[in-house]
Order: sequence, then structure tokens, then C-alpha cells
Amino acid sequence: MEISKSYFADERHGDFKEIGQSRQRSDTAGHVRGITPFYADRRFPGLLHLRMVRSPHHHARILRIDTTAAERHPGVKRVITAKDVPHNVYTVLSLINIGPEDEPVLAFDKVRWLGEPVAAVVADSERSAHEAAASVRVDYEELPAVFDVEDALKPGAPLVNEYHGQNYYRYDSGASRKVRLGDVEAGFQKADHILEERYDSSPIEHAPTETTGCIAVPDQNNRLTCYTGTQAIFFTLDNASIILDVPGQRLHFVGGTAGGGFGGKVDCTVEPITLLAAMLTGRPVAFIYNRYEEMQISSARAAERIYIKDGLTKDGRIVARRVRCYVDSGAYSRHSPYGAQKAAAHFPGPYTIPNVEIDCYCVYTNRTPSSAMRGFGVTIADFALEVQMDKLARLVAMDPLEFRFINAYRDGDMKAHRQLTEGAALIECMQEASAWANWPVDSRYLKMSSRERKG
Amino acid sequence: MTKVPVQMTVNGEERAEFVDSGMTLLKFLRDKIGDLTAKAGCLQGTCGTCTVLIDGEPRLACITLVEDCRGGTIETVAGLAADAELHPLQQALLDHFAAQCGFCTPGMLMAAKALLDSNPHPDRAEVEDALSGNICRCTGYEPIIRAVLSVSTSNARRDTAERGAV
Amino acid sequence: MTLSYQTFSDPQAASRFLAERPEAWLLGGGTILVRRVNEGDISISTYVRLLTPELKQIHVADNTVRLGAGVTMATIAKTPVLAFLAPVARSIGGPGVRSAATVGGNLFARSPHGDFGVALLVLDAVVCIEGPEGCNELDLETFFKSRRQLAHGSIVTAVRFRRPMPENFRFIKISRVKPNGAAVLSIAALLSRTEGHVSAARIALGAMANTPVRAHNLEAALRETALTPREIERAVVSAAADTTPSSDAIASEWYRKAVLPVHLRRLLST
Repeated sequence: MEISKSYFADERHGDFKEIGQSRQRSDTAGHVRGITPFYADRRFPGLLHLRMVRSPHHHARILRIDTTAAERHPGVKRVITAKDVPHNVYTVLSLINIGPEDEPVLAFDKVRWLGEPVAAVVADSERSAHEAAASVRVDYEELPAVFDVEDALKPGAPLVNEYHGQNYYRYDSGASRKVRLGDVEAGFQKADHILEERYDSSPIEHAPTETTGCIAVPDQNNRLTCYTGTQAIFFTLDNASIILDVPGQRLHFVGGTAGGGFGGKVDCTVEPITLLAAMLTGRPVAFIYNRYEEMQISSARAAERIYIKDGLTKDGRIVARRVRCYVDSGAYSRHSPYGAQKAAAHFPGPYTIPNVEIDCYCVYTNRTPSSAMRGFGVTIADFALEVQMDKLARLVAMDPLEFRFINAYRDGDMKAHRQLTEGAALIECMQEASAWANWPVDSRYLKMSSRERKG
Repeated sequence: MTKVPVQMTVNGEERAEFVDSGMTLLKFLRDKIGDLTAKAGCLQGTCGTCTVLIDGEPRLACITLVEDCRGGTIETVAGLAADAELHPLQQALLDHFAAQCGFCTPGMLMAAKALLDSNPHPDRAEVEDALSGNICRCTGYEPIIRAVLSVSTSNARRDTAERGAV
Repeated sequence: MTLSYQTFSDPQAASRFLAERPEAWLLGGGTILVRRVNEGDISISTYVRLLTPELKQIHVADNTVRLGAGVTMATIAKTPVLAFLAPVARSIGGPGVRSAATVGGNLFARSPHGDFGVALLVLDAVVCIEGPEGCNELDLETFFKSRRQLAHGSIVTAVRFRRPMPENFRFIKISRVKPNGAAVLSIAALLSRTEGHVSAARIALGAMANTPVRAHNLEAALRETALTPREIERAVVSAAADTTPSSDAIASEWYRKAVLPVHLRRLLST
């Protein structure tokens, strides 16, 4: 591995000791021996198995939940419904004061997505749990459902989440996270070309090889230990504390090893209910997603719809950019208000544009709640932005890399968020990429610098 | 509960247990005898994390009944290393950065072992076929394939040297 | 209800046992049945294992091949006298699946799976079905049309076919995941030629309907031709009439319809 030290040479102080060296991961020796302790790699005498009864409807009122047959089923220790959960309606980001609480641990008055948890059956074998779960009777009254982000925002659309009162997350800035700089309409007037495009992405499932799950164990000193594959261990402990209404010091979370996370194991969908089951039965309880649940039920990267309208001069400068981004949060917030906010901060991309208008909406639909995945809020935005840049370059018959050199931000440029650019390095990255990818650009671009605007 | 006796050899050790009828080999290994190396990634027979060897053949333990394994010879990752010294495949995966989260690693090792035990110097296509039932979501497969090929190469070198020495 | 496992060495006894119990199922490699139990299918409570030696045997006599229903894909792939079927057997999943998946089980696999059945279909295979009263034979095409109506308790014990001239047999399986992914579609072809013209044509398609199907229209269009590029081009269009592909996680109905003629043309042109 080579480090290109010629760039920003005056800012470098000495050599790297670790970066650029080949180093063994600390956990590989355990992996190849098969001794890495994933959460399920533990045995407990008397272990019970939790099987979740889930909504078969996208959107429905719950009229009645009848668990009597399940409770009497051989091997069943407990059937848990909403009334058993001390603090049933929560939201993960309440820990950082982002509310309102909008998601039930177990549904009670309605279900808002296909697969929403309704009742938890806890039994002494997986087979008993499956059989008992099949005997739970729930009476639903189906409601019209909405699956498209723009349809959800139209007047008359079915209301997905009553805790919000409308089908979008209300930021302090209103229905969207807003970024405003200059006057885009004036910019469009000055432009020689206008390009308006729409970009769509689907929900993307992380599909880790290890499924989501945990094992909760009543432990000494009136504590409960939770072995979990979560990527968000402290976050989940704190949310469990709120949901179970137990002080945090009674909870002991053991984890830090996920068989693939990628952002898909940051919601606390399994730990609180499993801990509750352990508390109510006095026994260790395992709740392990099967492969169907991992693919369909666990959160995915949010689907996004992005409209970009650009005004371009004939010499290849973007003079105005308007972005409208709709993030499909599914039925509940989870991390999506934060993801949509990140998107607003990320648009219009690493380019200097004098007139910018950005609106990012976090929209509720009757789909599986989405959540984090590898750069959420940013990754899909970049897909849209960079495809747009290629199309713009073609409009003015320019090389797509050279086009980016012209528009790249430099130190001292005003960004759309009213912050001055500092520490920019896009120019230098593109110069290096041009060489490595054997994509030559005109020599004047190789003389450019992020530190000052020339050319 | 109908408990039935099963007896087989696991990693060279004779095992005899009473099990619930219909138990899978995976559950037997993990819950009955405490060998946690084979994993339950899908329980569908599609991800390969439960791959073990039965009489030298690669098999998916999650869809194999332990009652069908009576008298069989089972091999798992727990039996690969000779105490402190790693099996060449384990060392090769270590040297080639061929594990990240590590969940697919036991399945990959046993699938590769099945190949190398019957074909000591496979080519790339044969390695890809041998690992085609094992899913990895982290490495992109290339480091694992290279690791297995490195063992193939050193097997070939060793066999050539042995032949030369004769 | 707890699971149980019963073994039988007599097919008729097994058949009678199964016929009386809707919760009892015959076990092959486990790729379909044990998977369903793992995933929570509580309609299955008893596994039935048939242990007759013939189930795992391959007999070849006078160019007739008899495959026991319990013969695995792995075994077929390394049987020299069945070398022409090795590419088919090797395409049925990865090594772990191939060590377990059986000839009999593959006949019941749901589309887009079941590619070994596609090959057997062009070989005009006959299926031996054991019932409580005894053994019956059914041609494979009829079997596929009626397999969901088979009496519970029917057991496929073997398939029989005539060994073709290996050079007349062709097979391709198109997958997105390589190698050994599930089929977008698969095609088996058995073409005999006399003096450069097609004297007999059998084409079977996988993942293009809810079972493997024969492409009768295409077969008729190919007969008597010399398999020139122009004749192939004209003929492959007629295959669509024999197909009703579905959309699934592997491919859409539209895509399967669109690429079938492309892969047919390539296979017939080799």
C-alpha cells in the first residue's frame, strides 16, 4: 500500500506507524478456530424459545387478541402481549431527545406494517413455540395502506402513525430538513441548461450471515444478562431500561461480536422483549430471527426518492441546485429522522454551488420500518448526485472527471449550510484517481489545488 | 418425549447420546455435545454455515437428521487444529485476511477441507465450486478463494518435491 | 406434537404407513422436508426413511439405466457410465446440497428448482411409483402434470430411461449467482440427426412453468431442419407457447420470456 505524501506535504508531521502497514485483525485467530463467541454460541439449561406472532396485514386495526389456546399449549410457559410491557411505546432516538415515542414493542390497537410484532410466545422447545404461535387468534379490521412516499404525502392518504399525526416526521424546521443558500429561481434564470431528474432506490436488506437475536438470562444479584449480536450495545441497554422500567445497572449486556451487521443490528427489536420474557418466566430465553424474519422483518436501508433540478452554464458551472429527497421510514421512525437529516447535510455534494435549496423528508408508509445501513442518508444521495454529475457533463460535452474538477469545492468556498469549506481534498483525490484509473484529464486540472480557486 | 439412542464418531471421539427424535445434526452438535463451531445461519440449507463432513462428504447439518448419521464419522472445525498448531487451511485463512465477521468461516473451512482431502491441488474453478454452497457477506469471497488456492499450491509443491526425492 | 422418525425396509409397508398419516412424509435428502420443519411447518410430524438397498443403486443393462430414487447428485456426478448427466447433477446446488439431494426428491422440487427432472424429461424417463397395492409406472411428463394429485403414501422408488448417445444430449442452466445458483431457466435437449437433418428432437425447459415441461412446439419446428442459424432463429420463437414462467426472487416472468429464445439459440447452435 502506497501513501501519496506529495499532497499537502507541508501539513504532514512525520511518518505513519500503523497506517499503511499490513496488520492482522485481532479476531481472525478466533474465527478460524471457530471459537468466536457469537451470541447464540452459549448453552443454558432450561432455555426457553420465543416465537413472535406477527401481523399478516400491512395496515389494520386490532379488534381482539385471543391467546388462550396458546397459553394452554403443552410446553408454553408464557404468552406476552402489550399489556405486559411496562413501557410499551418507545423510540430508539429518545436517548438523544429525538421524539416522539412512536413504536410499540407489541402492537395493541393497530398494526402498521406486515410483520409487526403482536404477541410473544415463550415455550420450552422451538416446536412448541411454533405450534402455540399458530394457535394465537387475532381479529383484524383491514385498513387502506400506502406504500409510496409521495402518495403518503398526498391529502387524503391513510394516516400511518398517529403518534406523528401526519405521514412525515416534523422537524423543528417543519415538514422537511431544509438547507437554503442564495436564490435557486434566479440561478435557473441565469442558466444555459436545466436538467431535472428523478432517482429511486429500493430498500436494501443487509442479509448478514448471522441472524438478529439475543439470549436473556436471569443472573445473580437480581440482574439480567443479555447476550446479543447488536451493533449498538449501550444504546440497546438504555432503551431496554426504559422499556422494561428497570434501572440500567440491573442489565448486563454481553456482545460486541456480530456475524455481520452493516447497520442492520442497531434497532432494539429483540432484546427488550426477550429480557421481559426472562423476567416473567425466571428462565433463560432465546429469541433468534429465522431467515424469513431476517430478510423481511428486520430493518433495511430506507428506500429513497430524490429529485434533482440543476441549472448549468455552457462552460460547465452548476449555478443552481434544488434537491427534494423523500426517505421511506416505513411505519416507524427508528433512525430515519437522523438519516434524512444527514442527507440534507450531505446534499448538494462536494461542489461549490451559489444557489442551493434542499428539502429532505422522512416519510411514513406501511412498509417494514427502515433503519441504518452503511452510510445511511449519504450513500444513496451520492448515487443520485454522481449520476446527475455525469449527465450534466454530457449535456455540455465535457469529460465527467474534468466537469467535477470545475465544480469541486475549495477551501474558503461557502457551502450550502453557511459554513466555509476547510480541509477540502477532492481535487487531489481526483488527480490521483485520474492517474490510477488511467483516465487522463487535461494538464490544467492537474495543476489545480483545493487550497485555492484558479481556473 | 421419544428419546432415541444415536452413536457416531465426532472429530475422532466416539459419541453416544439419547436425543429427541427428529433432531437435526446441527442441533445435536451444538446443543447435545457442545460443539458450537457449526453455525445456524439460515436453517434452510442455503447459506452453508452449518457445513460439516460426514464420512468425508460435505454436508449441511441443519437439514440432516442425526438419526441418519448413526455409525458415521463427523468432522467439524473443532477437530481441525492439532492443539496449538493450526490446520494449513486455518493458517491460510489467517494469512490471507480471509475472515471479517467470522460467521461463515467454519463452513468455508469444512467445505474447503472436503475438497482438499479428495483433491489436494484443485484449480480455481474447482475451489469456486467447492465453496459455491457457502455464503459470505463480508469478504467478497476473493481472499477465501486465494487462501484455499495457496494451500493447493503448497500441496502441489510438496508433492512435486516428494516425487523428486523418490 | 413431538417429531418422530420411522424406518422401513419394505416400500409397500412404508406406503401404507404414509397413506394413513397426513402428518408423515417421506424423507430424501432433507433439502425440502427438514427445511420446512426448521421453518416452523407444524403439519409435518413424522419423518419416514425408506432403507431398501435398491433405492441407492444405479443399474445399467442393455442401455437402460435405472436410478434408485435415493441416488444423490454427488453420486451421479462421479459415475462414469452417467458422465453425460454429470453437468446436470453438478448444477444442483453446492457440494453440501449435492451430497444430499436425491433423484426422487428433485422430482418434487418447486420451480425454479428441479433441474435434474428437466434432463430426465428429455430422456423420456419413466417413474416407478410404489403404492399400498404395489408398483406402477408413469411417464415423467404425465407425472409432472399430476404430481400434486398423487395419493399421499405414493413413493417414487426409481426412474428408468434409455441411455442416449452422449453427443446427442445437451444441457444448460442459466443462473445469476455463479456457480451453482438457482435457475433463471434451464434447458435440456436430445437431438438425433440423420444425414444432417434432425430426425428426433426432445427439448425440456426448467423454471419456465410450474414444473419442468417439454417444448413440443419447438420440437415440431426443429424436426427435418438442418439446424442452420436461420432455421434455429425461426424455430425458437415457437417455444414461448409451451411456457408459463413466474416471477420470483431469481428473475421476473418478463425476463425469463425475453431470454429463453437467446439461450435456446445458443444451445442449439453448439
